[in-house]
Amino acid sequence: MKPPPRKLRSLAAKLSGRSRSAQPPRIGALATGAPLSSGPDTSHGVILYLEEITVSFDGFKALDALTLYIETGELRCIIGPNGAGKTTMMDVVTGKTRPDHGSAWFGQTIDLLAHTEPEIAQAGIGRKFQKPTVFERHSVFENLELSMVGDRSVWRGLIARLSAAERERIEEVLEAIGLAERRFAPAGALSHGEKQWLEIGMLLMQNPRLLLVDEPVAGMTPQETERTAELLTALAGHHSIVVVEHDMDFVRSIARRLTVLHEGRVLADGPIEQVQADARVIEVYLGE
Amino acid sequence: MSAPKVTPGAADRGLLPHPREPRPGKPAPEAVAAARRSPLALVLDRPTLFVVLVLALIAVIVPLLNLAVPEHSALHVRTYTVGLLGKYASYALLALAVDLIWGYCGILTLGHAAFFALGGYAMGMYLMREIGARGVYGNPLLPDFMVFLNWKALPWYWRGLDHFWLAAVLVLAAPAMLALVFGWLAFRSRVTGVYLSIMTQALTYALMLAFFRNETGFGGNNGFTGFKDILGFDLQASRTRVALFAVTVVVLALGYLACRFVVTSRTGRVIQAVRDAESRARFIGYRVESYKLWAFVFSAVLAGIAGALYVPQVGIINPSEFSPINSIEIVIWVAIGGRGTLYGALAGALLVNYAQTYFTQALPEIWLYALGGLFIGATLFLPGGLAGLIARRPIAGSRAASG
Amino acid sequence: MQLRSAGYAQKAQIVASIAQLDPPGARTFLAQLLAENVYSREPDGKVFVAQQLADGYALTDPLTGKPAGIASEDDFNNDYDPVGVNDQLRAVLQEVLAQFDLSSPDASVRLEAVRTLLQSFTGASNDAAAAAATNLLRARLTVERDRAVRRALRTGLALAALGGGSAQQRLAAIRQLGSSLNPDVYNRLVALTKPGAESDPRVRTAAAHAIRDIDAWRQFYGAIQTLVFGLGLGAVLALAAVGLAITFGVMGVINMAHGELIMLGAYTAYVMQLLMPSHIGASVLLAVPAAFLVSGLAGVLIERCIVRFLYGRPLETLLATFGLSLILQQLARDVFSPENRPVSAPPWMMGSLEINGALSITYNRLVVLVFTLLVFAALLLVMKRTRFGLQVRAVSHNRAMSRAMGVRTAWVDALAFGLGSGIAGMAGVALSQLTNVGPDLGQSYIVDSFMVVVFGGVGNLWGTLIGGMLIGAVHMILEPYAGAVLGKVLVLVGVILFIQRRPRGLFPQRGRAAEV
Repeated sequence: MKPPPRKLRSLAAKLSGRSRSAQPPRIGALATGAPLSSGPDTSHGVILYLEEITVSFDGFKALDALTLYIETGELRCIIGPNGAGKTTMMDVVTGKTRPDHGSAWFGQTIDLLAHTEPEIAQAGIGRKFQKPTVFERHSVFENLELSMVGDRSVWRGLIARLSAAERERIEEVLEAIGLAERRFAPAGALSHGEKQWLEIGMLLMQNPRLLLVDEPVAGMTPQETERTAELLTALAGHHSIVVVEHDMDFVRSIARRLTVLHEGRVLADGPIEQVQADARVIEVYLGE
Repeated sequence: MSAPKVTPGAADRGLLPHPREPRPGKPAPEAVAAARRSPLALVLDRPTLFVVLVLALIAVIVPLLNLAVPEHSALHVRTYTVGLLGKYASYALLALAVDLIWGYCGILTLGHAAFFALGGYAMGMYLMREIGARGVYGNPLLPDFMVFLNWKALPWYWRGLDHFWLAAVLVLAAPAMLALVFGWLAFRSRVTGVYLSIMTQALTYALMLAFFRNETGFGGNNGFTGFKDILGFDLQASRTRVALFAVTVVVLALGYLACRFVVTSRTGRVIQAVRDAESRARFIGYRVESYKLWAFVFSAVLAGIAGALYVPQVGIINPSEFSPINSIEIVIWVAIGGRGTLYGALAGALLVNYAQTYFTQALPEIWLYALGGLFIGATLFLPGGLAGLIARRPIAGSRAASG
Repeated sequence: MQLRSAGYAQKAQIVASIAQLDPPGARTFLAQLLAENVYSREPDGKVFVAQQLADGYALTDPLTGKPAGIASEDDFNNDYDPVGVNDQLRAVLQEVLAQFDLSSPDASVRLEAVRTLLQSFTGASNDAAAAAATNLLRARLTVERDRAVRRALRTGLALAALGGGSAQQRLAAIRQLGSSLNPDVYNRLVALTKPGAESDPRVRTAAAHAIRDIDAWRQFYGAIQTLVFGLGLGAVLALAAVGLAITFGVMGVINMAHGELIMLGAYTAYVMQLLMPSHIGASVLLAVPAAFLVSGLAGVLIERCIVRFLYGRPLETLLATFGLSLILQQLARDVFSPENRPVSAPPWMMGSLEINGALSITYNRLVVLVFTLLVFAALLLVMKRTRFGLQVRAVSHNRAMSRAMGVRTAWVDALAFGLGSGIAGMAGVALSQLTNVGPDLGQSYIVDSFMVVVFGGVGNLWGTLIGGMLIGAVHMILEPYAGAVLGKVLVLVGVILFIQRRPRGLFPQRGRAAEV
């Protein structure tokens, strides 16, 4: 599927040749692209552009001219054997790693390679890591409250109280992730699956447009896995979601479109049935 | 401090009653009820009310028992004892400060006595100026030790300290400035854990060396002593000492309330989040360094106030107040009482200092053994302190769920 | 034996005549006279050399050196008068002795003699003495073989030439003396530049030039001396800190009782000396392995009884070991004494190595420096070549994996702790040679040790060595400008600031490794 045209890149980006893996992330003022506060421009229906992304670590190519597009509102699953570059790809999107070559754009106007991790998070990309880290000694409610978008000032936090709108928002998320009953339980007392949901909830509190979810159902019971599938499916549409997973049953239950990564490149990409029948995919997974 | 790793063997041996294990199951009833209460009621939860009430009673009863009750009566509290209790109260405030930064923010500070001493020295400077011409050398402007050193003029940083309000400002500003600079440098470069603790120890050690010198103008190794009066009141008079005691206890209560206020606020929750999972908090978007710095400075100011209240009651301040062992002792008070509870810090400070007073009078030779043993015992067997033994800890009473 | 009644001038003459006569025991007698050990006995006027004993005085015949009986304390005080020596007589005696020494078979003795004679040129003493000394030196130069002594003789003669002769001769002499670092030469040259001392302007300027040159050299050597001194200090710091580096690197444990382990080692040296009072040198050598064992065992005990249970909780370990340090300090106060205990240095560690007039290194620091390097070398060997070292490194990289491979991590922990503590003990022995041994010894080194470990990079042995040396050197360099205490404060502040730029130290460790 051909990607729609993009707005002109800035001259600086062109000239620099994108060799940024050694540079520290720039802090503060933007050099390229639109203001972050306006969110991504999805007027063309694509929320994430990754083109020719190459990342090497000490000679080993983790990503090799990777090119990938995520459409707005999509729920995409990315699978691939270990070492295929899935986690590195997410690192590039969130700004944790800078690629040696290539370009990455969030919507039409936000150049991901020109911003720091916190800035990218603020722009609307949320990432859920494999291992759930919640604030164990705080309650579920407090965890969500802490994750809420808003004033992060130390002084104002002393007298801040939740507005009605904010409480409502927390209640919404509690309902969505299914933890409304456990709202006052300390997060450390939750089961593994519940912690994963809580973490998704904490992500949701920040109104992300794009969610990157890394192996959400690892370690979950079958019931929890099912619930998670429901949750993610419900979230798609309003949010765009990229899920990296190994569990094929789960993938089948949620994905319409599947992308297979192998050795840092896209091996196959398309509707799930088509990819599953692809000979190259079978070879990579099952060997000769 | 994130949840520490534990070897399987150690847990089997049952030697590590891990205090941080959250009890699974229903939410604590306090938390559910908390959702309905107003913020004020949340600050004043049951333990807090108890503490404040007790402190208020002490602030009233003890002075009465000293001033109104005749001396030969069994109920009479000697002025000396009042002074001792006042000293304990200032220590309790200091313990609160350390509990805030360690129990709630996870920063183990081994140099907090530096802030205590700075506040004490600021007050001491005022008291020295108050002596005026009544000193040994009779110089109305220069304190005795300066005359002794043949100094001709008052250094610039002593000017104006005959005014109480300026001294009060200095009591707050000196520890705050030091904490600001040090904290800014340390937190900005992401120094954490044991490195940070060692840095704080080095800081107080360096200050101790500096204050021991005569050239710095703080009395050298003798420090300040021989105070005559404060705000015109004679420091030797019973009334003054009792009043100082009452003021200290009231300030302690206020400090306790202030800490409760901070801890139950959103900022307080963020601070605790930073303690439990710093990178997660940063990932959410909180400027972790700013929160740590704020907590550090606030804690330093509390410690400084404690020092300023301590000095007029004890009558002396010298550079050994900066010594690293003092700072580490504070940590032990909080550890024994139970960190992260505030009332635990109070209890720990009181208990350990009382034990020290008792032992150094009754069995001085073994006090240091006892103290060392206390350190070892508390860390090995009482990781949650006494508070951990007594009560099941409720979720840090939150104001989040209220309107 | 008219010494007793003679006036001082006459005594000088007597001394001179003795020197000329040169009876066998003359030199010894004159040395004793200089040392004021010569007494005359009242009744018969006989002269003796007396040496104080525990309960009386041993008398020796002055010229033959044979023992001549013992006088009781009372008798001595009643009957014996000291033969007095005043300054002038002293000077004469010294010169006469120097003359004797000029022909001594020992080269170093001859060198000393020349130096003493040089002093007679700088003093305002009479020309006759100077002339006589000059003749002596000249005479000696013709037969002298030893190069160092020849150089000294030529310097002496050049100095003599400064006092007289033609301007040409004086100029030549200055040229010869130009690069000498001898303090007497320096003083003489300075005297030359004073108004009225020297008539010829060329000589004056030459002297001024020479002085400037010498100053430059002195500064240079002075800087080297400071540096070496600093390295010596740094070596001690590094030695004290390396034990900490091991325990912190391998186990992530902060041992606040580390200072007391150093103290234990120092006290071990003290006890060894108590046990072997007449063999100080041997006691020090034996103290090294003894201290290693004592502190090492203590370390193993600490690990087994306390640290082991606090695994994974470094801050609690810090507190618990601090409590232990309090206990150990109090134990030292009770068992030994709150006061410092004296530990003497063996003869081969006393004195200093003189490289030239401006640079001398005390032997004890030199020995400690060499000792530190040896210990580090041994440690490197252990870490790299032995099975134990391999296990230690494996455990610090990946504990779980090592366990799975069959490494007994519990033992590795205990032994690593013991190793670190043992080295601390050896550091204590080294410290006992340099400073006072008391219960507070550990406290003064614990903060410094931490600084070195944090600065050098935790768990890294090279970092500890280099970090320690650097800190020691910087401290030494700052000291003359800032004073000892302020210097220490500045170093501490410097380390704190350095940590801001490089939070993990000079040589950051990758992973948790006691890297070598």
